[in-house]
Amino acid sequence: MSTSKMINGVPVQEHFKNAHHQFDTAKMGIWLFMATEILMFGGLFVGYAIFHMMYPEMFAEGARFLDWKLGFVNTLVLIFSSLTMALGIHFIQMNQIKKAVWALAITIVCGAIFMVIKYFEYTHKFHMGIFPGNLLDIAKLNEHLTAQGLDTVKSTNLGMYFGFYFCMSGLHGIHVIIGMGLITWCLIRAVRGDFNPNYYTAVEGVGIFWHIVDLVWIFLFPLLYLVG
Amino acid sequence: MGHSHGHKEILPDEHHITPFSVYMKVALALFALTFLTIAAHSVRQYLGPVAPLVAFAIAGVKAFLVMAWFMHLKYESMENRIVFALGFIFLVVLFGISITDILSRQLISGVL
Repeated sequence: MSTSKMINGVPVQEHFKNAHHQFDTAKMGIWLFMATEILMFGGLFVGYAIFHMMYPEMFAEGARFLDWKLGFVNTLVLIFSSLTMALGIHFIQMNQIKKAVWALAITIVCGAIFMVIKYFEYTHKFHMGIFPGNLLDIAKLNEHLTAQGLDTVKSTNLGMYFGFYFCMSGLHGIHVIIGMGLITWCLIRAVRGDFNPNYYTAVEGVGIFWHIVDLVWIFLFPLLYLVG
Repeated sequence: MGHSHGHKEILPDEHHITPFSVYMKVALALFALTFLTIAAHSVRQYLGPVAPLVAFAIAGVKAFLVMAWFMHLKYESMENRIVFALGFIFLVVLFGISITDILSRQLISGVL
């Protein structure tokens, strides 16, 4: 940072021609990172599609254990958080830093609400003996279902569905937590007065990351909760 | 040295500012589409095999709205759009090769 000089409110590092050049370089880096994110989640989606094709009944049986209402609420929460994230950048562009700080704070709270709902979903499943892969305790799960007067599980490989469920929603959850950390960093920098309408590269980059978290959930919700 | 001729560093049109009202409209559309997903889910027995297609078509529209307006791809340079699109293109390659492999083995020998 010692080699940067302030030009028009932008700390431009020496190896860049100007602020424009610096911003574009940072943006291309973020987009490259987003391409890798698409490929990371995409691999799981491809795996899901293939095994769903091979064992459709088992996947349908697994999806029965998910409550679409919780997934639905989480979808609304994440869309709202994406809106407030976008507004955070909008307010910095308009030089309304105080409003931007509020927008970022609300985004973090939405991320927290999402994770709390996820926590209740996960612990409820653990309580029923539902774990990923071989760890799934089918005897315990069937005991639970019989006690509630429900049909017992027919698929012996139900653990595979929950392997996908926990890996996909878990990886997504890790992204939400990392995103919340990054937004907190942006919020602190905004309070400190680092950003102005000419300089907000960090918020823009974190914003794109947060939107991709929303984007992945937009597909995970119908995939896991509705279609099954 | 390049700045010595004193031209303005930040051009007024460099960062496109999306109006507040546009963000609100996009968010409203996203909420509406989420409710539409649930509405389609509640009548899935009438939709039959197209129910998943409907759900993913709606998700696709939502994804487009998020990418175009929230991620500012609408105002992004062509280079960056291509960089991001490459992720999806190689995902299609991965899907295509994997699915052909699985299906062809199942069709030829009946064993996966």
